[in-house]
Amino acid sequence: MLYFDYAATSLRKPDGVAKAVADAILSMGNGARGTHAASLASSRMIYETREMLARLFGAKEACQIAFTMNSTMALNIAIKGMIQPGDHVITTAMEHNSVLRPLYELEKQGAVLTILPCDALGRISYKEMEESFRENTKAVVCTHVSNVTGNVNDIRRIGQMCREHQAYFILDASQSAGTFPIHMQEDQVDVICFTGHKGLLGPQGTGGLCVKKGVAIRPLLSGGSGIHSFSKEQPEQMPTRLEAGTLNAHGIAGLHASLQYLQEYGIDRIREEEQKLASYFYEQLRKEESITFYGDLDNPVHGAIVTFNIGDYDSAQVSDELAQRFSICTRPGAHCAPLMHETFGTERQGAVRFSFSHFHTMEEVRTAVEAIHTLIHE
Amino acid sequence: MRKKELSCIFSFETTTQAMAMENACKKKQIPGRIIPLPKEISAGCGLAWWAPAKEKERILAFMASEQLVYEQCDEILF
Repeated sequence: MLYFDYAATSLRKPDGVAKAVADAILSMGNGARGTHAASLASSRMIYETREMLARLFGAKEACQIAFTMNSTMALNIAIKGMIQPGDHVITTAMEHNSVLRPLYELEKQGAVLTILPCDALGRISYKEMEESFRENTKAVVCTHVSNVTGNVNDIRRIGQMCREHQAYFILDASQSAGTFPIHMQEDQVDVICFTGHKGLLGPQGTGGLCVKKGVAIRPLLSGGSGIHSFSKEQPEQMPTRLEAGTLNAHGIAGLHASLQYLQEYGIDRIREEEQKLASYFYEQLRKEESITFYGDLDNPVHGAIVTFNIGDYDSAQVSDELAQRFSICTRPGAHCAPLMHETFGTERQGAVRFSFSHFHTMEEVRTAVEAIHTLIHE
Repeated sequence: MRKKELSCIFSFETTTQAMAMENACKKKQIPGRIIPLPKEISAGCGLAWWAPAKEKERILAFMASEQLVYEQCDEILF
């Protein structure tokens, strides 16, 4: 099997991730729920993981990291915990439903949305974003890297705009954490929402928020915290504020292992290797007249995603043929990003997405190219 | 049961603060260990840092220098 769906989840994990999860299942108690050896082993590992994530995202302290199940949960916590009826929010047509649906819910409750459109290459206009700020703009919520096109937003520029207009910047880093540098201070991001199982190469069921000091978020959930048990309210201090209930310590142990790998291997190296593979794939196919590509693929700053259609074939058929005949795993359809597909006019056809990992070899990419050539020319 | 001794107990607002304390103390060989929060200090649950009472001033100075946060510091028999 050749797996090219890393934008959905990382299939191959660094050595040590699975073992870390297995070891944790066999040895770790409930972190933050006691002081015996099994519980402390969990608490210590969770704390170290917070420290590693804080370093990765340029945060000052471990307490700025709150764990969730995934990016969707993190985005829901940030969006619903920071935006209220009457607030104005700027977002983009590049967004995943994990951003759009919470915002649509808030729109029904009285929040006002500006959704920045994209051009034919799936890019937003920063000038248009600048002009969209209003006196009551509470936040910009947007993705770093599109999960459809791989286009990259200039988060430092967006962060600067947010500071100038005194608005929060909530970043969806689902497709960029672990691959592109994100620095909370330098990029002026208030909340970074991330998942553990994509670029961070950890297990599914892990993710979280990195929250700038002083940014208050109303908790989405309340419940057990391991402290202040007789208080009727969820504790105010981070990260307990946003972490009601038992954490997925077993999954976080795997994330701990994958973060160690990322530290040693280096995310710049990973990004360069992935981009090289994606560029080769694109260059080998770009001259095929029957292929329509989506996104700003000639931009050197680009995620390792190449999305396209062959003629007017249903993307589901193309993806299915790749799977059935060549054992190549890709993702067809709308990728949970409806506005991106409306931009390209691919609501009915969808599109076939290849997403790459530094674990791929050039030979594997060549095999994929040959398979697509076969489909086109047979 | 062992005989109680005069102890210095630091309580915290979050487990993360307690873990930061343990982490920093281990690195600098500051005496003490994590214990369950004694009920004499608070009825709620949670983690606390225990150390002999004679170490209190040294630990307070260390915590200040490391910018370690605590909720409360008490001397009790534990």
